[in-house]
Amino acid sequence: MSPFITLTSRAVPLIRDNIDTDAIIPSREMKGTGKTGLADGLFAGWRYRAVGGRVPDPNFVLNDPVYADAAILLGGANFGCGSSREHAVWALAEYGFRVVIAPSFNPIFRGNCVRNGIVPIELDPGPVAASGGPMTVDLVRQTVRTSEAGFTFSIDAEAKVMLLGGLDAIDLTLTRAARISAFRAQDRNRRPWAYPGEA
Amino acid sequence: MGRTLFAKIWDEHQIEPLEGDNFLILIDRILLHERTGSVALESLAAAGRAVASPAQTFATMDHIVDTLPGRSDHTLMPTGTAFITATRAAAQAAGITLFDLGDPRQGIGHVISPEQGIVLPGLTLVCPDSHTCAQGALGALAWGIGSSEAEHALATTSLRVRRPMTMRVTIDGALADDASAKDLALHLLALFGSAGARGHVVEYAGNAVRALDIEGRLTLCNMAAEASAFSAIIAPDEVVFEYLRGRPYAPTGAGWEAAVAHWRTLASDADAAFDAELRIDAREVRPMVTWGTSPQHAVPIGSTVPSYEATARDTAEAHARALDYIGLAAGALLGAQAIDAAFIGSCTNGRLSDLRRAATVLRGRRIAPGVRAICVPGSGAVKAAAEAEGLDRVFLDAGFEWREPGCSMCFFAGGESFGPQQRVISSTNRNFESRQGPGTRTHLASPETVAASAVAGRIAAPAELEPLR
Repeated sequence: MSPFITLTSRAVPLIRDNIDTDAIIPSREMKGTGKTGLADGLFAGWRYRAVGGRVPDPNFVLNDPVYADAAILLGGANFGCGSSREHAVWALAEYGFRVVIAPSFNPIFRGNCVRNGIVPIELDPGPVAASGGPMTVDLVRQTVRTSEAGFTFSIDAEAKVMLLGGLDAIDLTLTRAARISAFRAQDRNRRPWAYPGEA
Repeated sequence: MGRTLFAKIWDEHQIEPLEGDNFLILIDRILLHERTGSVALESLAAAGRAVASPAQTFATMDHIVDTLPGRSDHTLMPTGTAFITATRAAAQAAGITLFDLGDPRQGIGHVISPEQGIVLPGLTLVCPDSHTCAQGALGALAWGIGSSEAEHALATTSLRVRRPMTMRVTIDGALADDASAKDLALHLLALFGSAGARGHVVEYAGNAVRALDIEGRLTLCNMAAEASAFSAIIAPDEVVFEYLRGRPYAPTGAGWEAAVAHWRTLASDADAAFDAELRIDAREVRPMVTWGTSPQHAVPIGSTVPSYEATARDTAEAHARALDYIGLAAGALLGAQAIDAAFIGSCTNGRLSDLRRAATVLRGRRIAPGVRAICVPGSGAVKAAAEAEGLDRVFLDAGFEWREPGCSMCFFAGGESFGPQQRVISSTNRNFESRQGPGTRTHLASPETVAASAVAGRIAAPAELEPLR
């Protein structure tokens, strides 16, 4: 996973509340058991004229040529609600998004973003979108700057470390394997019923 | 200061602190299904990592498998077979217990985990599925995760978790005879909104919650996902202990006694503080149905579709989008809306008591002409128990299809669909755009309301049906 430090890009305004993961990647577009081949299915229900088709609907903002290379998505409140499917984040990442700015996120979706190098930024997207032009996201300083204004955001400390380093959470946790083993050994005595076949 | 039920479980599982509010948390149970579990298991193997504790890991086939009689690995979903065979191969290679097709225990993960005694009070349980919160009904801390987190839990028996906030929802009084746990869940969503519990562990408490059986509690906790909660939980009591006693994976003998003694300590202390508190009166809960494209769009069945001004929650644009999709105008009487299909099943309402309540409505009646009606038991055990008491005949005689266990048409994965603009009344949990098929219009309700609506041919509560002579 590539580290995220700063990024300058246009931002696609898709500012609707409660954009659910079924909308981000419909279940019918999750065709394989891998994590790839999902970008074409991103927002498929809104992006194409016909179900299962691939003719772009020109009225959908993602199809506006202005945003062809945009790596920032602006969403509404409770972004990523619904199904836990990480495919929603894989589809966003494969399409080219590295940042989602929304007033609030579903907690599972937020975690999935961090695991895949996408920065979930909690900000009101309206003022951020106002300039209409490119903006710069600086994760170290926790700022978003447009040509007109600057905004600061807060982000969970662990998420920031993981994103800045492009770190693999499993590798990181496995450095604590001895501690986990010791904890489990004690816990096994205290709560044997938590370990099937032992109580 | 006392501790909450959540805090007691959390503290017991806290291996060590990480950055900020994050902690390394011990995971006691990992549940997988063929939709997202296959991805996690394959990715884990590709990275050269092993499942650290196979005895604490369980997998089922529920999301992709067909539910038609005579089903096999071949699915109506065009690429579904790969999910089934990949999960089977990975589970076998890792030594994970798999509830496979043909196994009488097979079924929806959140239905079979309680049935088998896999979930127990005080355990941490995760599953790459947002409705894992249902299992908090047994006093476990159970939450939905993504596939990467599932890989992490499989590889390390732990997760890096940001400590959630706590909310207590106390439900006093008693539910009316014509209202069930699903109506209560929809009532709460109408109050909360779709983000009303975001990031919180919701503890359901109060007389009305104590009075629910395990299945009703599972329904209530299940729908916390629709408020973006981290999870939901109910303090374990005698109802839970009696339910679990003798289940295949529950402890036995002296181990059982020790476990129950511990489980009795799992309740919020009287002086425990919550980040948020809400108190509601169960007597206000009416039979509910949704009118729009979010589970928060719930109203009593006798209501009209609310105007934008009356909802006070959606933006004008979102309200208009929802009405356009669902094909209704503000002011339309929900009870006057003809339905094309009716669906009973899912991790929300696919259990024996759900089928019994629906069958009580259907016994001696027929569904309306032109309505397609489907009943999918949540597990092999539910199906067998229902058939043992003749419920299958009640559903079949009424004109319902009687299916094999699985998630089925709760969502559209590319196989079966209800079709565009078809109006479906459904005992499931999500009425999102195209959730049950491209363009399909979903109205969420209780199983008994789904049954009554199938008979009436329109959205209807059971009390609206002509009495049987």
